[in-house]
Amino acid sequence: MARTTDLDVGYISKLARLNLKDEETGLFQKQLADVLKYAEKLSEVDVSHVEASAHAVPMFNVFREDKPCDWFTAEEALSNAPVKANQLFVVTKVVE
Amino acid sequence: MSRFDLAALTIADCQSRLRRKDVSSREVIESLRARIEDVEPKIDAYLSIDFDAALKEADEVDVNLPLGGVPIAVKDLINVADQPCTCGSKILGSYRAPYDATVIEKLRAAGAIPLGKTNMDEFAMGSSTENSGFKVTRNPWDVSRVPGGSSGGSAAAVAADAAIAGLGTDTGGSIRQPASLSGVVGVKPSYGRVSRFGVTAFASSLDQVGPLTKTVRDAAMIMNAMAGHDRHDSTSLPDPVPDYTENLGRDLKGVRLGVPKEYRVEGIDPSVSSAVNAAIKQLESLGAEIVDVSLPHTDYGIAVYYFIATAEASANLARFDGVRYGHRAKNPRDLLDFYGRTRGEGFGAEVKRRIILGTYVLSSGYYDAYYVRAQKVRELIRGDFVKAFEQVDAIVSPTSPVPAFKIGERTQDPLAMYLADIFTATGNLAGICGISVPCGLAKVNGSQLPIGLQILGKSLDEARILQIAHAYEQSTDWHKARSPIALNPKTQTPNGK
Repeated sequence: MARTTDLDVGYISKLARLNLKDEETGLFQKQLADVLKYAEKLSEVDVSHVEASAHAVPMFNVFREDKPCDWFTAEEALSNAPVKANQLFVVTKVVE
Repeated sequence: MSRFDLAALTIADCQSRLRRKDVSSREVIESLRARIEDVEPKIDAYLSIDFDAALKEADEVDVNLPLGGVPIAVKDLINVADQPCTCGSKILGSYRAPYDATVIEKLRAAGAIPLGKTNMDEFAMGSSTENSGFKVTRNPWDVSRVPGGSSGGSAAAVAADAAIAGLGTDTGGSIRQPASLSGVVGVKPSYGRVSRFGVTAFASSLDQVGPLTKTVRDAAMIMNAMAGHDRHDSTSLPDPVPDYTENLGRDLKGVRLGVPKEYRVEGIDPSVSSAVNAAIKQLESLGAEIVDVSLPHTDYGIAVYYFIATAEASANLARFDGVRYGHRAKNPRDLLDFYGRTRGEGFGAEVKRRIILGTYVLSSGYYDAYYVRAQKVRELIRGDFVKAFEQVDAIVSPTSPVPAFKIGERTQDPLAMYLADIFTATGNLAGICGISVPCGLAKVNGSQLPIGLQILGKSLDEARILQIAHAYEQSTDWHKARSPIALNPKTQTPNGK
């Protein structure tokens, strides 16, 4: 199991696209180190014979008929958009 | 019957009065409005209420439907068409739901009327409702204490008779724990029993919608309307839905109840232990056989839960990017600045903390050590329950190790807050069903604080835990005990609220 000191909140916040204030970074670093320390007990468990499960109920390949039905109009889909134009969502420029 | 008494009705009583035409649905809603005006300044259970929309539905409703004309409060992460759905987060402060969640569609089809969106920990992350981005909900039994969480608004509203019944969601205990702390009944259905479509996702492999009610029968009535397969949710199970009220009233002869030895842990309040032990004796006197069982991996439950739940949350909350809905940062320098500031400005502290933890356990180099290992231990926890349920029909335990704690008492220590879920989170990990039913009152500094008994059942065995909870409830008076705010809605509380 990884060492709890490996957690770098500043780096992870970049991965998560989540800006933190300096005081948040410092506070989370300490609080999450406590949480990770508590969770170190998981390394005691012998899991060599266990398959990982993503789910408590085994369900695979759930299919349904692919048929069209009434759903949102463009207007409804855009009803909560902070910025919209020409029946489209406006995004931030990504190409110079 | 005075208008105030109408607010105190159970669903079952409300329904029979509506059918006899003793009262109209409009009168029930008007009495709730009066009650809410009195108690809301003291408990802050609701985030928004549209009385006009509800009254319009009330005038047109068919009271002969199973829940015909009964108003139900809804946790504010379940979409109700044309109503706000903030998830307790400032990032969704101006969001209005363009559609009904499947559970709302089904409840409406059964005649229920959504009335009010209730406060919650932001994105359901918390055990006290203190993490709401808008306000702190207070416990109607003692307004200096939390109602539990994250469905604390629904629990407090029901406990204060400011709702006939409410809906919550339970990812690690978020229905059962507030039910316990607020002295009401709360059911977490088995994973897949109730559709999650239209319910903002926190941890998709754990979340379930369930009722918070004044009685077990009321919870069964809501489950009858809400459970079942939904083509919009591929994780909803196709199994037929039984009539959950059918077994209510059956005795407990031959029922085997397991008491897990691993649940006798340090840190359980003595008032909780003695109330739960008395409840187990009571169940025995009703004919149940009490059996010692073992759930050997219990101690790892919270660690597994916080890795899996935060990992799933970090992925689910990626959708809040300032494009399709919600808060959007102004004048971004570039795309990364746009995402980072939108999310940094919009989310509260606990959500940020969990996104960081979840991103960390999924990140390269740590994925196997944390996330995959947690999933494997989850499988062992599930196996513990499968083995235990070979010996017993249900498992009994405290719902929460402690009664309601003081507002502010645990906010500085996330780990202490996380441990509030110690008896409930493993049920979500295993996908089984559970109920919390009132089983006592602790006397703490002049307040009486509710204690909850948890009954866990195997997957899709809701009818059985409802039967056991109902038999227990009807043999005691705990469900008749009402909060001081419900008894005296007009009394001023010491803090001036």
